[in-house]
Amino acid sequence: MYVIVVGAGKVGYYLAKNLLMEDHEVLLIENDPAKVEYYNERLGTVVVRGDGAEASTLAKAGAARADVVVAVTGEDEDNLVVCQVAKNKFHVGRTIARVNNPKNEHLFRLLGVDVTVSQTNFILNLIGQAIPERSFMHLMNLRHAGLAIVEATISDRSPVVGLSIDEMDLPVSCAIAAIARGAEVIVPKPDTQIEVGDEIIAVTHLSEESQLRELLVVD
Amino acid sequence: MNVVIMGCGRVGARVAVLLDEAGHQVTMIDRLSASFERLPKEFGGNTVLGTGIDEDVLRMAGIDHVDVFIATTNADNRNIMGAQVARTIFNVPHCIVRLYDPVRADAYREMGLDTICPTTTISAMIMDKIATYGGR
Repeated sequence: MYVIVVGAGKVGYYLAKNLLMEDHEVLLIENDPAKVEYYNERLGTVVVRGDGAEASTLAKAGAARADVVVAVTGEDEDNLVVCQVAKNKFHVGRTIARVNNPKNEHLFRLLGVDVTVSQTNFILNLIGQAIPERSFMHLMNLRHAGLAIVEATISDRSPVVGLSIDEMDLPVSCAIAAIARGAEVIVPKPDTQIEVGDEIIAVTHLSEESQLRELLVVD
Repeated sequence: MNVVIMGCGRVGARVAVLLDEAGHQVTMIDRLSASFERLPKEFGGNTVLGTGIDEDVLRMAGIDHVDVFIATTNADNRNIMGAQVARTIFNVPHCIVRLYDPVRADAYREMGLDTICPTTTISAMIMDKIATYGGR
């Protein structure tokens, strides 16, 4: 695969390094000449100087034959324009933008960016998962269709204890994907009963996440 | 008309004063409060401190009832993003964007933004002037 990465900060550098290790063809575009020199010494000459939002830079970088363009600068407006120019001028199949302000994630999707990665939301999620005894956790968003993967820990106060999957009044766009019970992972069947201590992994439409939370846990 | 201008630099401030004098309701957005010093004491419009690519800042500037959004910061990409937020999220009917880069100006004009490129305009004016000069 040919991947163009725009922005040689920490994220851009490690991304380029990992992709190179997996034998992909990588070009890293960076505006700051000091960083270009610094990272070229470390990565081999795969870093070029330029403004990744400028069409001429992307043209020289061979954006027309790129499989993926990834914009990971610290400025959301730059990441947006890089992806839009890559998409509209060079018809790049997949554009990925780092989103610094989580508020912009929705907007970027509306404006044609294929994939958004919100570092703030990721960090919040990871910290959230590290805080013990939380009964309901949002694990991740799925790229398509506004779905999320969530995890619920069933306490003795949960309204679904003793019910089978069939008897639970699950919202229409929710599915229970797995149940972790001790060391065992159960693929749920309609007659699987929920027990105290079960960890339920479910896929849900974002609009029904709070309904599912109410069903599975008591706050 | 209700107008929001993002970027209170020389161009933004000048347009704001002209619109204000013509009786329009103008709100200025800038990240630096010092930029508002470019506006004269008589300026009758409002000022909002913040970045115009932030939905909440735009809401504070009354973007919901705006007829025209003008982006004149010195950063092309910020102007592009601000105008797209105004158009896509808030359905502002007219968005004027100043872009220094002619290629980006053409690209985003094709995508429906009303772009003005001073680089192209001023170069053309200089060429026109030179065309009128005779040699020595």
